[in-house]
Amino acid sequence: MGGRSIAAGSMTLKGMVKHAIGSGRSVTYMPRPGDGAPRGVTLIPGDGIGPLVTRAVEQVMEAMHAPVYFERYEVHGDMKRVPEEVLESIRKNKVCLKGGLKTPVGGGVSSLNVQLRKELDLYASLVNCFNLPGLPTRHHNVDIVVIRENTEGEYSGLEHEVVPGVVESLKVMTKFCSERIAKYAFEYAYLNNRKTVTAVHKANIMKLADGLFLESCRQVATKYPSIKYNEIIVDNCCMQLVSKPERFDVMVTPNLYGNLVANTAAGIAGGTGVMPGGNVGGDHAVFEQGASAGNVGNEKLVEQKEANPVALLLSSAMMLRHLRFPSFADRLETAVKRVISEGKYMTKDLGGVSTTQEVVHAVIANLD
Amino acid sequence: MATAIGKGHHSLYANFRPCYSLPSCKNTGEYSGPEYQVVRGVVESLKIITRQANLRVAEYAFHYTKEHGRERVSAIHKANIMQKTEGLFLKGSREVAEKTSEKSCSFCCLVVSNLYGNIISDLCAGLVGGLGLTASCKIGEGGIALAEAVPGSAPDIAGKNSANPTTLLLSGVSILRHLNLHDKPDQIQNAILDTIAEGKYRTADLGVFPGFFSRSRITSAVSIMGKLM
Repeated sequence: MGGRSIAAGSMTLKGMVKHAIGSGRSVTYMPRPGDGAPRGVTLIPGDGIGPLVTRAVEQVMEAMHAPVYFERYEVHGDMKRVPEEVLESIRKNKVCLKGGLKTPVGGGVSSLNVQLRKELDLYASLVNCFNLPGLPTRHHNVDIVVIRENTEGEYSGLEHEVVPGVVESLKVMTKFCSERIAKYAFEYAYLNNRKTVTAVHKANIMKLADGLFLESCRQVATKYPSIKYNEIIVDNCCMQLVSKPERFDVMVTPNLYGNLVANTAAGIAGGTGVMPGGNVGGDHAVFEQGASAGNVGNEKLVEQKEANPVALLLSSAMMLRHLRFPSFADRLETAVKRVISEGKYMTKDLGGVSTTQEVVHAVIANLD
Repeated sequence: MATAIGKGHHSLYANFRPCYSLPSCKNTGEYSGPEYQVVRGVVESLKIITRQANLRVAEYAFHYTKEHGRERVSAIHKANIMQKTEGLFLKGSREVAEKTSEKSCSFCCLVVSNLYGNIISDLCAGLVGGLGLTASCKIGEGGIALAEAVPGSAPDIAGKNSANPTTLLLSGVSILRHLNLHDKPDQIQNAILDTIAEGKYRTADLGVFPGFFSRSRITSAVSIMGKLM
């Protein structure tokens, strides 16, 4: 296996780290006959660092002989719409992995990332922000899951110029969407043994809109008496996130606040380069880097091939679990965490000097 | 004018009326206020951005930057998503930037629309130690200035003589500076910073030492520091 040479110099350390990080099996489960048949996944490399990091995932999946095959489609942020054949492919496969699509700022084309979410009704965006051993940050014990409504709110896309120099933007909130995102958040907390769900809002100002959101959250909370529920105003939330992030658990938010809160949480837990996430609806799921701070990386990163593949690798582990391949997911996650913990192969954003490829080889070398 | 909202699962229609009195409206952005229930279970909230308000706030940002010897102004926006409203905000900031030939780079002075301003200022407060330490001053046309402690009346500690007076003292300092008095506010600010740095007198929110000191004791500590300078 290529990459043996990388591991050779630190066998003892590797052994210790392996033990510490845990090469234990996930809870055993009994698959149905035929569950091992390869699953098709639509792959959208995207813009900027997207092709680099999606390639990284393909390489690691191949090395693991994971039962997935990718159907690659070229989509770019300056296209007017997501091509119909891509949507068809996702509808067929039910699962997609993508890099970011760069949205032009200030006019012309609407965001394809948002279009994709709306077309496929991927109403929940999930980002998991947590401390990784080996990546020191200002705060410890951070493990936050931000669940954000993905289809309405400030992202309704309904804007117009009333008279020259005056523009209106409609924020639309519906009980339907607020309720289903609240249900998803509580269900997630229940299934993952999480203790608290916090609703983020600005209902002191937007009394009706955010008030509707809160009402829906409160109603759903009554159905989960064992899960603690509380509410926090978004400004205070951001302040608490940067001073006491360990007090947050699962957070449920409307669209815009979720975007800001998820990126803030990602920033304090180690950066957007490492946080996994995805978008899910009733029928489909699209996995991508959890938080991207609204960009697809700068040109220098792309040229020098130094993009951090960790976030997308961890998102692809989430994808493997979603596809019901838990042991492949565990192996991938364990390998990535070992690489970070050893600290030898890290990209620039984590304080290292490695290229994307070097990190990929290190992950492959650390696979059980 | 009627607009369809959403797609697929709900096909509802909304009517809205343009607000012609906007040019004189002092409060824009997400806090403009108009919110209404279209039908049961569907609410709309209007965010209004006007070119006039944008130019005004951007001009103040650049003016402040120059006055206080800061180097950069950054405009914070979400124009990749809200292309027209945020786009207008950005356009206004860029226009003023060209006029004053300043370049926007990274964080020294931020010009933001209403909601982001609240979020970012609280976030920054959290980074520096909490709401008990930040000053705030609202500027209006004709030189009106309103300085206040950062929003929040903290009813749970009212009347207990334990609120942190720093924020209001620092806001008072910004009023004095706004009135172009410069030596007294400098003196007061230094006294406040020295009191906090010394660490002997702190309210509960600054937390480090066991026990806490009352507001009035801190204020006297500050004035003693001030007299010694």
